[in-house]
Amino acid sequence: MIAPLRILIVDDEPPARERLRELLGDLGSELPTQVVAEAASGPQAIALLSECAPEVALVDIHMPVMNGIEFARHAQRLDHAPAVVFITAHDQYAVQAFEVNAIDYLLKPVRAARLATALRRAVSGPGPGREQLAKADPGPRSHFSIAERGRITLVPAAEVLFLKAELKYVTLRTRTRDYLIEDSLSQLEHELRDTFIRVHRNCLVARAAIRGVENLRGATGAEEGESRWGVVLDGHAEAIVVSRRQWPAVKALIKR
Amino acid sequence: MPDFRSVGVLTRILLIVNACGLLAALVRSEGMNDAAEQFARIAVTLEPALLASAAALYILSHLLSRLPYWAGLSLATAMAAAFAALTGAAAANAGLGTAATNAAWHALYAVLLSTVLAAYFDLRQRAFSPALSEARLQALQARIRPHFLFNSLNAVLMLIRRDPKRAEAALEDLAELFRNLMADNRELVTLADEIALTRQYLGLEHLRLGERLRVDWDIDPSAEQALVPPMMLQPLVENAVYHGIEPGLDPGTVSIRAVREGDRLLLELANPYHAEHQRRQGNRMALANIGERLALHFDVDAALDTAIEDERFRIRIRMPLRRSGAKKTASAR
Repeated sequence: MIAPLRILIVDDEPPARERLRELLGDLGSELPTQVVAEAASGPQAIALLSECAPEVALVDIHMPVMNGIEFARHAQRLDHAPAVVFITAHDQYAVQAFEVNAIDYLLKPVRAARLATALRRAVSGPGPGREQLAKADPGPRSHFSIAERGRITLVPAAEVLFLKAELKYVTLRTRTRDYLIEDSLSQLEHELRDTFIRVHRNCLVARAAIRGVENLRGATGAEEGESRWGVVLDGHAEAIVVSRRQWPAVKALIKR
Repeated sequence: MPDFRSVGVLTRILLIVNACGLLAALVRSEGMNDAAEQFARIAVTLEPALLASAAALYILSHLLSRLPYWAGLSLATAMAAAFAALTGAAAANAGLGTAATNAAWHALYAVLLSTVLAAYFDLRQRAFSPALSEARLQALQARIRPHFLFNSLNAVLMLIRRDPKRAEAALEDLAELFRNLMADNRELVTLADEIALTRQYLGLEHLRLGERLRVDWDIDPSAEQALVPPMMLQPLVENAVYHGIEPGLDPGTVSIRAVREGDRLLLELANPYHAEHQRRQGNRMALANIGERLALHFDVDAALDTAIEDERFRIRIRMPLRRSGAKKTASAR
C-alpha cells in the first residue's frame, strides 16, 4: 500500500479549508491523502513546513499579509519544498499572471476531479520555477526569508532598517540582528522602491527608519564619491554614509 | 422643465445670463476699461431682474413642473419679462431714458434670454435624454465582484453537508442579492430597503470571514425613508470588506452611519485602512461608479468625499433628502 500524500492547506477562510478537507476525503479511495496541517496565513504555514513536511501545499492566492505566490517563493528555499497547488476564487490579476507565466491553478469552488488531477500533476513533475513565480508576483514582498538548517526564518519587511551589499551577499539589518540574504540589491531596489531609498551604491535604507542626517566631516577614511553626510536611523547607532550621487534624493526626502 | 430647486440648474441659469450680459457689454464697448463700465451699467438692471426671476422660479418650481411644457415655459418667460420691465422702469425713474420704452426694451431682452435658456435646457435634456442616461445608469449599476460570488458559493458548498438549513438560507440571500443587482430599476429606493439588502450581503460575508468581520450600524430612524439610488450602499460596504477586512488577519470593524442634516442625508462608511494592500490593489472602481451614479441622479447636489483618518478609510456622501412621498424620476432634468 502506498503511503497517503501529505497535504498542507493554506487559506484564511475556515469554510474554504473545510471544503478542501471534505473534497480530499471524497477522493480518498482513488487518491489517499492525509492533511498534516492547516494554516490561516502564509507566515503561519511557513512556520509549520519543517515540522509537518508536507508533500503538497494547497494554497489560496488572496490572503491577508502574505499572498499565496509569495508563500510559494519563500517555501522554495527549503531543500524539500512542497509542491504548491494554487487556488483562487477570482483574482483577475493573479489569473492573468498565472496564464502569462504558465503556472497551473485551480478555481474556487474546486471540483473533486480537477483537484485530483492537480495533485497527481504536482507530485509527478517539477512545479513552477523560481523565475516563473517571481514574474507572477512582482511584489513588493511582505517578508524576507532566510533558510537556516532546514527551517525558514521570516523577517517582516517593515522591520528591516537597511540592506547592504557586501561581497557576494546582501546583509539585512533589523533592530536586533542581521541576516544574510541571497537577493540582488538592484532587484530589491526596484521591488521596494516605495518603502526603501538607495543612499549608496551598496545600501538601501528603509524610508520609515530615517530620523535625519548628520554631518560626517572629520570622520576619517571618506572614500571617493562619498558625500560628507550620513543618514541617522532609528534603532541603529552608526550613521550610514550617503554617496554624492544619492545625496540629492536623500536631501529631498529629509526636507519633506 | 428643469428642476429649479437644483443648485446645478440655478447655477447654470446665473452663469449663462451673466455671460450674455458680458457679451453684450463687449460688443458695445471699444476697450478694456469701457467694457467694464458697460458691464456695470448692464448689471444695474440685469442682476435684480435675474435674481428676482431665479427666486420666483425656485418658489414656483412645483407649480411649473406640473404644468404642460409650453404653459410652464410661457409662464416662466412672462415672469422674467415682468421683472425685467419693472427694473427697466425703475432705472428710467432714476433718470435713464423714458419709462415706457425702457420697460418694453428690457422685457424684450428677458424674453430673448429666456428663449436661449429654454433652448439650452432642452438640448441638455436631449443630450442626457432618458434613453441615454438610463443606458449609462444601467451600465453603471454596480457589479458585485466575481471574487465575492465565487467565495460565497464556496462557503455555501461547505455548509451543504454540515448545516443544510443555513446553506438554504445563504442561497436565498444570494438569489435576492442577484435579483436586485440584475433588476432593471433606475428609480430611487428607500434607504431602509438598501439596508435590508446590505444586511443579507453581510450575512453571506460572515459565513466565510466569521469573527474577522464586525459591523457597527448607526442609522437615524428619520433617515430610513430617504430615497437613494438603488444598489448604492451594498457596493460601498463590499468595498469596505474587500479593502478593509480581507487584507487583515485580526478582526476589523466596518461602520455604517446614516443621519439627517436638515434637508440633506449624510451617509458615512469607515473601514480599517491597509496601506500595503492599497499599494498593491490601488482600485477605486466602485467609488468612481457610485460618484457617477450620484451625479446622474442628483447632479451637483450630491457630494462624495473620502479621507484617511486614524488609520481608517472614510467615505462621506451627502445628498438631498427626498422622501418616498414626493418621488421624482431620475430623468427629471
